[in-house]
Amino acid sequence: MDNMARLSSSQCTKVFLQRDFTEGTGVRFQNKFPQELEGKIDRAILERTINTVNSIYLEAESLSGRTYCESCFACMTAYIAYLCMDTHYEKCLKKVARYIEEQNKTVFVQQGLMLVDPAERGLRVFEICILTEQQNR
Amino acid sequence: MMARQTGIFYLTCTLIIVTSGLFFGFDCVYLAQHVTPAIPAIGGALFIFVMATLFRTSFSDPGVIPRASLDEAAELERQMEVPNAGSPGTYRPPPRTKEVVIKGQVVKLKYCFTCKLFRPPRASHCSLCDNCVDRFDHHCPWVGNCVGKRNYRYFYLFILSLSVHCIYIFACVLTNLILRAQQDNFLTAMKESPASVIEAIVCFFSVWSIVGLAGFHSYLVASELTTNEDIKGSFTARRGADSFNPYSKGSIFKNCSQVLCGPVPPSLLDRRGYVVPDSSQAHHVSGPETQKERESNSVNVRHEYYGSTTVTNQKTGNMGTNTAPDLPPPAVVTTADEMLPAGENVKKREMISYQTPDGTINNKLPPLNGTSSPPTCGGRKNHIWDMTLNQLNYMGRSNNHAAIHGTNPGSVYPQPYRHSDYLSGTSVLPAVKGNKSTMSRGCSTDF
Repeated sequence: MDNMARLSSSQCTKVFLQRDFTEGTGVRFQNKFPQELEGKIDRAILERTINTVNSIYLEAESLSGRTYCESCFACMTAYIAYLCMDTHYEKCLKKVARYIEEQNKTVFVQQGLMLVDPAERGLRVFEICILTEQQNR
Repeated sequence: MMARQTGIFYLTCTLIIVTSGLFFGFDCVYLAQHVTPAIPAIGGALFIFVMATLFRTSFSDPGVIPRASLDEAAELERQMEVPNAGSPGTYRPPPRTKEVVIKGQVVKLKYCFTCKLFRPPRASHCSLCDNCVDRFDHHCPWVGNCVGKRNYRYFYLFILSLSVHCIYIFACVLTNLILRAQQDNFLTAMKESPASVIEAIVCFFSVWSIVGLAGFHSYLVASELTTNEDIKGSFTARRGADSFNPYSKGSIFKNCSQVLCGPVPPSLLDRRGYVVPDSSQAHHVSGPETQKERESNSVNVRHEYYGSTTVTNQKTGNMGTNTAPDLPPPAVVTTADEMLPAGENVKKREMISYQTPDGTINNKLPPLNGTSSPPTCGGRKNHIWDMTLNQLNYMGRSNNHAAIHGTNPGSVYPQPYRHSDYLSGTSVLPAVKGNKSTMSRGCSTDF
């Protein structure tokens, strides 16, 4: 899966959704519908996917009681605990990866689109590959 | 994730370890016998915490933003493209900033030529690490790493615990000396334990700067600012009444808990990822195992910084598509010269590289590490320094220079403008004597 994705994603047209900073520096992507995808996918589906991803990132970055305890515990152990445990944030990133993979399988690949996990792009952009179109350059 | 200059980091380590070692070896033995065994226990715990946070700060990724992939950069280029009005000789790069509104506050995002991305708010490019770092605080030579989003917490705890450790050792050493002095006089006490005297001196001199730094960073933590923003005065009242810090959570307590106990963002670098060679502008670049690639990248970067991307273009054949894609080769010199009179690039670079809050390294010149790094890199940095100096000097001497340039963008340069002459150091400017020592630093290699 990974290899195939890399191969195909290097040649096809790509649409990028940039980060949305209006709420602060937290990870959030613009859910404005890009013109290039007009007619390729239902607006509501894409919007729902992006909103879900955004909400997972919001959960990852919120200062909940759980992260608070986690950080305090790690501090007590002079941060040695981080060597052998996953932080809440990492778990959330994995959740995003799983969610995107699942969405790709069930919805997007059938429509000729593929979402790329933003973590693979350093959380800079949300990349959508149009698998049916060759890149013209 | 260490930058190239690690000497000062080893100095920090040595100072802490040697001083603590002397403390545990000499004073603790006496104090544990005569006062209480809790003293070495507390000291040990403090020492472990200090070293753990120091190593965390030094060896963790400070929050490097991975470089943009080729397609992403191309897309940004397309968005930014501005019709280039003007004669080919007077090329000016299009404005490369973008404005975003954060909680009602307008923040300008700058485009990073090296990383090919618009730096997110609060991010800045560190010239020593050659990476964009998120929530950039400063580059701390004492820990040999950038301080940014991911390791600011460790850095703050490091200086906080180090100041406590320092005060603790100082207090214990004084107690030790005073207890010994009660049995005899003070001089014999100092003769009996010379180690205590050394520790006292080290602690006495370092405690001021460390406590001062800890105090400064406590203020920053409480107001959710970075050193970078504080120095620039990004959100001070001077800039207008409606200027406020959009990143603050509202209260001191919330800001502190955000910095100290907030979520830990994982590193975005793909350390196990393959390195795409330069031809596709690697987005996985970074990490210790890709040091080589980083070095070679940074060579190209230096060029871009000074606005002469076309040279890079010729050399590597695939770089520099961003600034001047359609520029004819003879315009290289023009571009370089245009950037020069402003002189901003040079100054800016110096500022970013060597600002430290304690101000100790501030005034030093960039060290010459031409021998330790590949021959193209360290030396190259100096070439450019020299080149700009030469050109500036030349500009100062002859005023008609600019006029010649404006009319002749082609190959009809007067004699001193040929490329080879720029690089041959003193021979090009025999008349300038004042700056000879600065200029004569090795300029022998070709472009």
